[in-house]
Amino acid sequence: MIWVIARREIGAMFCSPLAWILLAVIQAILGFLFLSNLDNYYLMQPQLMQFENTPGVTDLVITPLMHVAAIILLMIMPLLTMRSIAEEKRNRTLSLLVSAPLSMSEIVLGKFLGLMLFVFILVTMLMLMPLSLYLGTSLDSGKLLSIYLGMLLLLATFSAIGLYLSSLTENQTIAAVSTFGVLLMLWIIDWKWGSVTVLSYLSLLQHHQSMLEGIFNSSDIAYYLLLIVGFLVLTIRQLDRERLL
Amino acid sequence: MTEALVQVENLSRFYQNHRAISHLSFTLKAGEVLGFLGPNGAGKSTTMQVITGNLAPSEGEVSIAGHDILEAPKAAKRHLGYLPEQPPVYRDAGVDEYLRYCARLHRIPRGQVMASVDRVKQLCGLEDVGRRLIGNLSKGYQQRVGIAQAIVHDPQVVILDEPTVGLDPIQIREIRTLIRTLGSQHSVILSTHILSEVQATCDRVQIIRAGELIYSASTESLNQGHESSVRLALRKTVPLEALSCVAGVDHVEALEAGRFRVFFAPDTNADALVATAAQQEWGLYELIPEQQSLEDLFIELTHTEEAVAG
Repeated sequence: MIWVIARREIGAMFCSPLAWILLAVIQAILGFLFLSNLDNYYLMQPQLMQFENTPGVTDLVITPLMHVAAIILLMIMPLLTMRSIAEEKRNRTLSLLVSAPLSMSEIVLGKFLGLMLFVFILVTMLMLMPLSLYLGTSLDSGKLLSIYLGMLLLLATFSAIGLYLSSLTENQTIAAVSTFGVLLMLWIIDWKWGSVTVLSYLSLLQHHQSMLEGIFNSSDIAYYLLLIVGFLVLTIRQLDRERLL
Repeated sequence: MTEALVQVENLSRFYQNHRAISHLSFTLKAGEVLGFLGPNGAGKSTTMQVITGNLAPSEGEVSIAGHDILEAPKAAKRHLGYLPEQPPVYRDAGVDEYLRYCARLHRIPRGQVMASVDRVKQLCGLEDVGRRLIGNLSKGYQQRVGIAQAIVHDPQVVILDEPTVGLDPIQIREIRTLIRTLGSQHSVILSTHILSEVQATCDRVQIIRAGELIYSASTESLNQGHESSVRLALRKTVPLEALSCVAGVDHVEALEAGRFRVFFAPDTNADALVATAAQQEWGLYELIPEQQSLEDLFIELTHTEEAVAG
């Protein structure tokens, strides 16, 4: 059942031009950055050769690239998640799902899985660029895997937060803007008072940074999973609560 | 099978402090078409939404085919097909694609999806538009897609909220025929504010006003029970008293020149009146039995109560 909804979600995304345009824009911008990073690396390479234990191409090209990718996606993911529930509410199609023999959790998980399928396609496409470097050089596969997982978890968190904020309103623009606000807040929360442990634990940036550097820390994973599960439960509760109003 | 398919007991629903429906109780038997009638804002849609689990009841219970909508929602919704006021269609989907999705949502096994979709498309007259986008269809066709969606899984209970709103007269007639067809296999609850629709399609009618059930009867008894007056047209001028003297006549009302409305005492008919008219050569040329129409009843019921309330 979850799968039926997820398939409809991903189908609807690719039926409209939005998904294609998002993929194209992200790919174009990151392609440009990737090439410029690579060029910088070429220029620096003779100097780097003089030292031992210098950072490799993975650290100098791919990690910064994915860092930028995360920030771009922070701006773009709200556009993708905004329609999930808000659009169904506006068009009064939510009652189709609610009247069907489905639980709220199945509906929400279906929507989330649909978003995750898109995220999976997106991140896999992004990773193809760094992977192409295998043609000419050797890469740190462990680190690449950590980056890949890190991106998936980060975007899953974005999706869960976006899904929740989309369930609060009928208005897609409000959903998008508030999602963007929350994500950005979580991103910059430790800029000023980074020494306060609570704030630095809450910061998306901190956890993402360590995964990009290839540090696979269970506390980072726990952080992401906690946010994902938390916001999914909130979404389910929100939809259940609306029947009482 | 005479067991009640839908059982609503003492149902109330509040929006904050506003009481939308209060202490509503009724049942729907298998194979019955129940018309739910009421002025705008009487609580028809709210009742439908509560029965289908789209809203939670504030008080009371709803059970469908023996399953409580709150305690066993999945089992209850399995037997339900629901068309809300606004058909819940995805404008960006094709008709076939959308109906297949609905069939899957209602847990129809993958192998039977195509057959179910074809069946409802034929029932609802959608064979020619299968590949078109729902958003490009006319309102009438969208409405039909909405009905198709409600019956694709062959539910025991079909709930239709104002299914003929915004349709042209021919489409309305088609939808009514469709509802009658549905009524032979399914139990149907039909909400509407169009009175002739209820008379044309329903076995039983319930009138709801300000959230309260104020009338419930079968449409048959409605058509039979009130043939107690006739309109009479006479060529000759006849005094009112002469008419009132005829056996079985209760009282007479004079209308425009030569026309009267004659009320009969209970259990009598126009025989004596016709005989007398012929005998006395009154020149009887028109005799129209008057039925109390649903409309009269509706206006009477909703109006008198308003007068009391005011």
